[in-house]
Amino acid sequence: MKKVIMGNHALSYGAMLARSQVIAAYPITPQTQVVELLSEMCADGTLDAKFIKVESEHSAMAACIGASAAGARAFTATSAQGLALMHEMLHWAAGERVPVVMGNVNRAMAPGWTIWADQNDSLSQRDTGWMQYYCASNQEVVDTVLQAFKVSEALSIPSMVILDAFALSHTYEVVDIPEAAKVDAYLPPFRPLYKLTPSDPRAFGGLTSPEHYMELRYKLQKDMEKAPALIEATGREFEKIFGRYLGLVDPYLCEDAEIILVTSGTAGYTARVAVDAMRAAGTKVGNLRIKVFRPFPFEAVRKYTAAAKKIAVVDRNISYGHHGIFSQELKSAVYGHADGKPVFGFIAGLGGRDITPASFKEVVDYAIAHEQPEAEIVWIGAKI
Amino acid sequence: MSKEKKMKLSLPTEELVGSGNLACQGCGATLAMRYFLKALGPKTVLCIPACCWSVIDGPYPYSCLGVPVHHSAFETAASTATGVKAGLQMTGDNETTVVAWGGDGGTFDIGLQALSGAAERNDDIIYVCYDNEAYMNTGIQRSSATPLGAWTTTTPVKFFKDQPKKDIDAIMAAHRIPYQATASISYPEDVYKKAKKAKDVKGTRFLHIYAPCPTGWKSRPEDTIKLGRMVVQNCIFPLFEVEHGEKYTLTMKPANKKPIDDYLKLQGRFRHLKPETIKVMQEAVDHEWTRLLKLCENR
Ligand SMILES: Cc1ncc(C[n+]2csc(CCOP(=O)(O)OP(=O)(O)O)c2C)c(N)n1
Ligand SMILES: [Mg+2]
Repeated sequence: MKKVIMGNHALSYGAMLARSQVIAAYPITPQTQVVELLSEMCADGTLDAKFIKVESEHSAMAACIGASAAGARAFTATSAQGLALMHEMLHWAAGERVPVVMGNVNRAMAPGWTIWADQNDSLSQRDTGWMQYYCASNQEVVDTVLQAFKVSEALSIPSMVILDAFALSHTYEVVDIPEAAKVDAYLPPFRPLYKLTPSDPRAFGGLTSPEHYMELRYKLQKDMEKAPALIEATGREFEKIFGRYLGLVDPYLCEDAEIILVTSGTAGYTARVAVDAMRAAGTKVGNLRIKVFRPFPFEAVRKYTAAAKKIAVVDRNISYGHHGIFSQELKSAVYGHADGKPVFGFIAGLGGRDITPASFKEVVDYAIAHEQPEAEIVWIGAKI
Repeated sequence: MSKEKKMKLSLPTEELVGSGNLACQGCGATLAMRYFLKALGPKTVLCIPACCWSVIDGPYPYSCLGVPVHHSAFETAASTATGVKAGLQMTGDNETTVVAWGGDGGTFDIGLQALSGAAERNDDIIYVCYDNEAYMNTGIQRSSATPLGAWTTTTPVKFFKDQPKKDIDAIMAAHRIPYQATASISYPEDVYKKAKKAKDVKGTRFLHIYAPCPTGWKSRPEDTIKLGRMVVQNCIFPLFEVEHGEKYTLTMKPANKKPIDDYLKLQGRFRHLKPETIKVMQEAVDHEWTRLLKLCENR
């Protein structure tokens, strides 16, 4: 069934279709509609779940962890300050290996108070052990929630499904809402290997000495390494049922491109408009949208950038004192594989400043004009 | 023929706290768990935040407890327990009692927000605070449960704690939860009775169990039981219940209220106190005791 819905409601539909059993969440702009719709769905019986109206995001994640450890499918959603408040519990969820799925609306961090998009909130959680999916359309949001549960439960690793504030969270698009029966076939009920149950009393997360800790983390990394192949496999499985493939990256005209624009989130679709225009004017440019950030899709990135002469990464985020974060990651992915091919790092759109087709034109013009970047960071659209 | 006399056991013999745990000698917190679980039985899940009990339980992959344990972050005992309860219910287990089991620091201080949230929602959990009156796991730092006058490593004798203990029981009563009680490990039958009672109530239940800590109080391990008794008899830690935040019941009225001096003398943490300070402390105890008696009469 096709519906015109906002990005936030796409998250709610995803959580509902996944038959989430416990939802614990706290409101924050621009995420609020996610939890509003879910509480309505729980109230009117559309969704048979317990909705715990916690007093903070920290408690939201703690409750999701508890619910998941008890064997229930758990979902939450947050943004920016809420995600930062959860930080300790993000490590906890991954360390405990509970497959919680969370929606995060990318919003810049305060101060100054802001509600507009950038990616520093979720990218600051890079090393917590969560998988991260950056979406570019409302359809992708619904679909990815379902895939995220499937992959998370197979690997016992939590997932974050991420969408840009307003550019996606509040944008209405046509979404083909997957049919419940088909979703049930794709995503069977959650059946964990171990759970909190008096019939099999076990201690979860007890004091762990140097004799054991390292192996537990090794196993987390090993399972994370299985994720790229599993994401592709579950993406193909999804395509068979629903006709839409969900991959690690989303390439656009990369095969013969001399310059590859690397983007993530909604900026990826803006980039395509720019790519079309520049192609029409004779510039051989392509776009590689990175959908999955953790695990990082090394192979796919190398494959789609292999033929290009230059790589231009546009980051809506920054690691202060270093580069844009996707640009760092790109460099590490192509290091030793790129034969000195330059990686240009651009920063644009912090705190919700628009990233337009003109921004991408500026990026590509710079890359054409320079053999190598003149600075570690080239700022786009900043009043400097 | 002589009549055979058999001692009647006042507590079940079943043990859910095993030997080989990592408690110090004379640990009150361990006794609290032992009596509590005798009442709760095996159909229980424990959520234990950072505290001595996260160590006492034993290192991975061991556990001294006969019930499932979820070790939880320091400030999340209540919120994790709420999640576990919801998770169990949604997977068809409506019977198991979910318990948040935290120390005074995890309850009075860092976990108070989550506890207040759970209590306000009246989530169906039992929250137990075993109170050893300081952060013992990290080496005896003051908490807001540390009593006036006490030494800790962050309230050295020259600057001993000069604020009274936070009144957590009043805070919980203000949430109008269906059942709450204080208890002391030196009255095992009372701990047992209150735990049983809590088990049969729905909604948020709160047990505040006094648990002496020889290591942190600089007392002798063999005095643990004595201290737990004295603190009730001198009315520093009266035993009472509150239902729905209003109905106060004294569950143990000391025959003759003792002065606090002897109790203080058994603990190194009070050794530095001058008579004038002890006098102020005694007045505060008398004041609080009178207040409690009034609450129990006015019910
Ligand atoms: C967020 C956070 N801050 C600090 C700590 C360190 N910490 C662990 S246990 C503890 C004190 C616990 O005190 P209490 O709750 O009274 O329990 P007790 O150790 O006395 O049994 C502290 C400060 C922690 N684990 N997590
Ligand atoms: Mg303590």
